[in-house]
Amino acid sequence: MNRQYDVIVVGGGHAGCEAALAAARMGCETLLFNITLDSMAVMPCNPAIGGLAKSQIVKEVDALGGEMGRIADKTAVHFRRLNASKGPAVQATRFQCDKQLYRLAMKAVLEKIPRLHLRQGLVEQLVVENGRVTGVIDQPGVFYGARAVVLTTGTFLGGLVHIGDVRYRAGRAGELAAWELSDQLKALGFETGRLKTGTPPRLRASSIDFSRTTRQDSDPDPEPFSFRSEKLRDDRLPSFFAATTTETHRLIHDNILRSPLYSGAITGVSARYCPSLEDKVMHFVGKGSHPVVLEHEGIETEEIYAKGLGNSLPPEFQEQIVHSVPGLEEAEIMRLAYAIEYDFVQPTQLKLTLETKIIAGLYLAGQINGTSGYEEAAGQGFWAGVNAALAVQKRPPFLLERSEAYLAVMVDELVTRGVDEPFRMFPSRAEYRLLLREDNATIRLSEKGHALGLITDDERRDIQKKMAQISGGISRLSAARIFPVEGTQKILTEIGTPPIKNPATLFQLLKREGVSYDNLSPLPGWEAIPDAFVKKEIEIEAKYEGYIQRQQEAISKRKGFDGVRIPADMDYAAIPGLSNELQAKLARVAPETIGQAGRIPGITDAAITALLIAIKKRENEK
Amino acid sequence: MNFSDTIAAIATPYGAGGIGVIRISGPEARNIALRILTPLSQNGFRSHHLYHGTVISPENHQALDDVLFTFFEGPHSFTGEDTLEINCHGGPLILETVLEAALRAGARPAENGEFTRRAYLNNRLDLAQAEAVNDLITARTRQGAVFALERLEGGLSRKINELSGDLLDLLARIEVSIDFSAEDGVEEEAADHLSEINRIINTVDSLAATYRQGKIERTGFRLVIAGRPNAGKSSLLNRLLGEKRAIVASQPGTTRDFIEEATDIGGIPVRLTDTAGLRPPTDEIEKEGIDFLWEKLDQADGVLYLVDGSRKATAEDIDLFGRIYTIPDKPLLLVLNKSDLPALMDEKSLGPAPDAGAFPPVVRISAKYGDGIENLAVAIRRLALNSNSGDTPSAVIAHAHQRASLEKAKESLQRAREGLSGDAGMPPEIVALEIREALDSIGEITGKTSNEEILDHIFSRFCIGK
Repeated sequence: MNRQYDVIVVGGGHAGCEAALAAARMGCETLLFNITLDSMAVMPCNPAIGGLAKSQIVKEVDALGGEMGRIADKTAVHFRRLNASKGPAVQATRFQCDKQLYRLAMKAVLEKIPRLHLRQGLVEQLVVENGRVTGVIDQPGVFYGARAVVLTTGTFLGGLVHIGDVRYRAGRAGELAAWELSDQLKALGFETGRLKTGTPPRLRASSIDFSRTTRQDSDPDPEPFSFRSEKLRDDRLPSFFAATTTETHRLIHDNILRSPLYSGAITGVSARYCPSLEDKVMHFVGKGSHPVVLEHEGIETEEIYAKGLGNSLPPEFQEQIVHSVPGLEEAEIMRLAYAIEYDFVQPTQLKLTLETKIIAGLYLAGQINGTSGYEEAAGQGFWAGVNAALAVQKRPPFLLERSEAYLAVMVDELVTRGVDEPFRMFPSRAEYRLLLREDNATIRLSEKGHALGLITDDERRDIQKKMAQISGGISRLSAARIFPVEGTQKILTEIGTPPIKNPATLFQLLKREGVSYDNLSPLPGWEAIPDAFVKKEIEIEAKYEGYIQRQQEAISKRKGFDGVRIPADMDYAAIPGLSNELQAKLARVAPETIGQAGRIPGITDAAITALLIAIKKRENEK
Repeated sequence: MNFSDTIAAIATPYGAGGIGVIRISGPEARNIALRILTPLSQNGFRSHHLYHGTVISPENHQALDDVLFTFFEGPHSFTGEDTLEINCHGGPLILETVLEAALRAGARPAENGEFTRRAYLNNRLDLAQAEAVNDLITARTRQGAVFALERLEGGLSRKINELSGDLLDLLARIEVSIDFSAEDGVEEEAADHLSEINRIINTVDSLAATYRQGKIERTGFRLVIAGRPNAGKSSLLNRLLGEKRAIVASQPGTTRDFIEEATDIGGIPVRLTDTAGLRPPTDEIEKEGIDFLWEKLDQADGVLYLVDGSRKATAEDIDLFGRIYTIPDKPLLLVLNKSDLPALMDEKSLGPAPDAGAFPPVVRISAKYGDGIENLAVAIRRLALNSNSGDTPSAVIAHAHQRASLEKAKESLQRAREGLSGDAGMPPEIVALEIREALDSIGEITGKTSNEEILDHIFSRFCIGK
C-alpha cells in the first residue's frame, strides 16, 4: 500500500474539502483524513451558505474553480437576496440548504476525483524533520508521508463542549476531538489561543405552533451561486419568524450564573457579532425582545434550527427558554444548544500563502486560523490547497491583492492583524467593495482559475464571450447620443425619468436611478441583449461609474506601497528609529510588503518611513 | 538619513538674546558632553538633571563660556535619542564658538528641521505635533508661541480625534445596515443622520476657518496702511514700531517706496506696510508706486485706512475710501488721525457707507503724540483674529495642507449629506464611501482609521447575532 502523498489534508469540513479538491484537481496525489467519513462537509450550525460578504467568498471560490457554490446550488431549499434595497455591491445571496443532501453531495464529488483518497481516521501527530513537515501519524500509529500538509481542524482541535455545568471533550456534540495534535502544535512552538462558539437548539417541527409565527417564503426566481450550475432544485421550504419575550429574558437573567459563560467555566473568546442569548440579554438590557428565526434543516427531517436561541444553560432552563417564545410553548428539543471551546493558532504566524512560517510545507485553514463561518473556511481551504499544490509542483504561489477579492482581504487581515475573537468577513472590511461585488466574481477571477487549471477552456471561453459583450455594450451605449428634442423627451417621460437639458449618451441615462437597460429600447442606438448577466453588468457599471473610477484611483495610489517588498530576512531590531514595541510587532508578522506592514495595528507612518529608509539603505549597500 | 551620527545646532533664534541653546542629539551626545564640558566627575552626570559648568575647547581646554546644561538619555528626550542641551550666554558669537566646539568634538551640523524629523521618525511626535514644533521654533511672538505650544500638547490632535470619533460613529450607523441584514436582528435606527452630518460639517468648517488665524500666528498679519498723502501714515508706522523707520516730513508724497516692518501688536505678529500716499501720480516713480499699492492691497490680510481728521473730507477722500471699502473679504479699519487738532471730519463725512450695517471699526488717534494708540492696538488685534472678542480658538491649523485635507473632507461630507437627504437616490454604500473618504482625508492630519475600528464601533452600538 502506497503511503506517500503529495498533499495530506487533515479534516474534512468545508476548508478541508476545498483544499483536497483543489490539490487533487491540480494534479497532486492527495489524501483527505476525516475522523468519520459520514461527517464530511457537515454544517454543524445554521443550515445556510452565503450571507453578506460571505456570498462574495462563495462566488470567488467558484470563479476560481472551487466547489462550495455548486454544492449549495444542488441542495438549497430556501433562497434570500440580502440588502436588496441597497446597491449591487453590498447585496448578497443566502441559500438555506438541506444539510444531509449537502454533505452527501460533497462526498460524492470528493469520491469521484481520481487522485483524491479519502481515509477515515484521527491524525494525532505531525512528523517534522529539519523544520519541514514530512507526514502525519494516525491514531493506530500508521505513518503517511506528504510533501505538504494542510490542517483544517475546525472546532475539533482541543474541542470542549459545555452545556450548563457539564463539559466534555468533543469536536462537536457527540464526536471525538483532537487533543494530541493540539498539544503537539504548542510543543512545536506555535502561539495558540482559545475561542468559543456555540449553536442553538434543534426543535421538532411537529411540536411547533407555526400559526403563532410569521412565515417567510423563499424569494422567487433565485440565481445559482455557480456560473457552472445549470439549475437549482424545485423544493422550497419556508422559514418562520418569532421573538423572545420578557419571560425569556427573566429566565436568563435569574439563572445567569448557571451559564458557563458567566460562571467562569468558559475562557475562550466569543464573537461580538454572534452573541449567545445570554450575552444579548445581559449586554443590551434595554431591548425587550430579540428575534428568533425557525429554519428547516432539510426536506426529510423534522429538525428545526432555532436561530437566536443559542445558549449554554443547563437543559432544564433551555426547555423553559424555548417554551417562553410564542409558538414554541410545546416545542420538543431534539438537540440541546451548547457552547464549544477550541484551540486556534494565531494566524500572524502564517505567510500570505497560509503556510506556517516556522514549519515549511505546513498550511493552516479555517477555524484553526481563528475564523468562523463555512464560507470563510472554504475560502481559506481553497487558498491553502492551491498553494500547497503549487509549492509541491515548485510553481510560484497564488496570491491576490485586496483590491481583487474578498478572499485576499480575509487572508491579509488574518496574517497581518491576527485574531482576538472569531473572525468573520464583513463588507466593511473591504475598502474596495464597489469593485468586489458578487455579480462580477467570475469576471474578476475566472481567468486566474483557468491559469491554475481549475476552470476549463470551455468555461473560460464562455466568460470571455460575456466580458466582450459587456464592454461592447458599454461602448455602444457611450457612443449613442440623444438630444433634447420633443420626441426624445416624450420617450423619457414614458420611461418615467425627467427630460434631458443637454445632449446625453445612453450610458449617462442608464446611470439614472430607476432606469434599466431595457427601458432604453425606444431610443436610437440601443440593441437588445439576450443575456441577463451581461445586461446586469452593464447596468451596474453605469450606476457606479464615477465611484468605480475613484476606487481604482485609490488602488493605484496604494499600489506603490503594496509593490514595495520587504526582504524576508529583514532585521527589524537593527532599524534605527523604531521603538522596541514596533520592532516586535513587525518581527512577529514579518510583513511581505510595505502595504502589509502599514496595516499592522499600531504601526505609524513614522515607522513606515523608517522601514522604507532601511530597505533603501540595504539596497544601496548591495 | 543616517541615525548613527550625532547632530548639533543652535536651537534658539539667531540674534542677541538673554540665553541661547545648543542642542546635540545622537549616540555621541554623551561623549561630546565629556569632551567639551567641565567640571564633570568620572561618573559623568545623571539624565534629566541641570548642571552648572564650563564649555571648553576640546583641543586645548580653553574656557569658552559659563553654562547650564542638561543631558537627556534616550528615548526620554525630544528626539528619542541621547540629547545634550547647553544653555549658553546669548549672542551669536558665543553660540557659534560653542557650536564649533561641539562639532570638533564629534557632531555634525544638523540640517534644517532635522531634530524634529528625528523626533518624528523615533515616534516622539505625530505629524501635527512635528509641525507644531516647527511653528514653535519659528513663532515670532508670545501669542504665536502659545498657539504652537497648545498644538504641541496635542490640541489639534485632540480636536481631530474628536472629529474622527464622530465620523466613525456616523459611519458605523450606516455600515451596520450594510454588514448585517434585518434577519441578523439589527434594527435600522430612525436616527437623524442628516443633522449629525451637518454638525460635523460645521465642525470641519470652523476648524478649517482657523487656518487664517493659524497662518497669521505663523507668518504674521499683513496690514497695509493706506491713505491720502500727508495723512500721517509714516508717523503712524513709526509710532507702531516705536522707532523712527520712515522719514517723516510735511511735504506730501515723501514715501515713494514701500516700507515693510514686522512688529508685535497686542500679542499678534503684524507685518506693517507703509505705502505711498494715494493720490493722482505726478511723476513716473510715483505712478509705479501707486500701481504697486493696489497689488499690495490685494495680498494684504487687512487694510488700515488713515485719514486726516483735522481736515474736511474731500471728494477724493470719499472716492478712495469707497474703493477700498468695496474690496471683497478685506478686513478694514478706519483711523482718523490728528486727534490733537480740532476734528473737522468724522466717519459719516466719508460718504454714505455702501452697506450701512457693516461699517468698519473707527479709531481716533494722534500718531504724533500717541493718543489712542492702545485702542488702535486692540482694534488691529481684533481685525487680525477676525472676531469681536479677540478670543482665539483652542485648536488651530496653521498649514495649507491641513486646510486642504479638511476641505477635501468637507467636500466628501457634503456629497454624503446630499445622499443622506434622500433626493439623490444614493445607496448607503456610496454614502459610506464618501464618509470613509472624509475619514481618510482627516486622517492625513494625525493618522488613519482602520476598518477594524469601524467594526469596533458597530459592535459597541448594536446587538447583532444569530
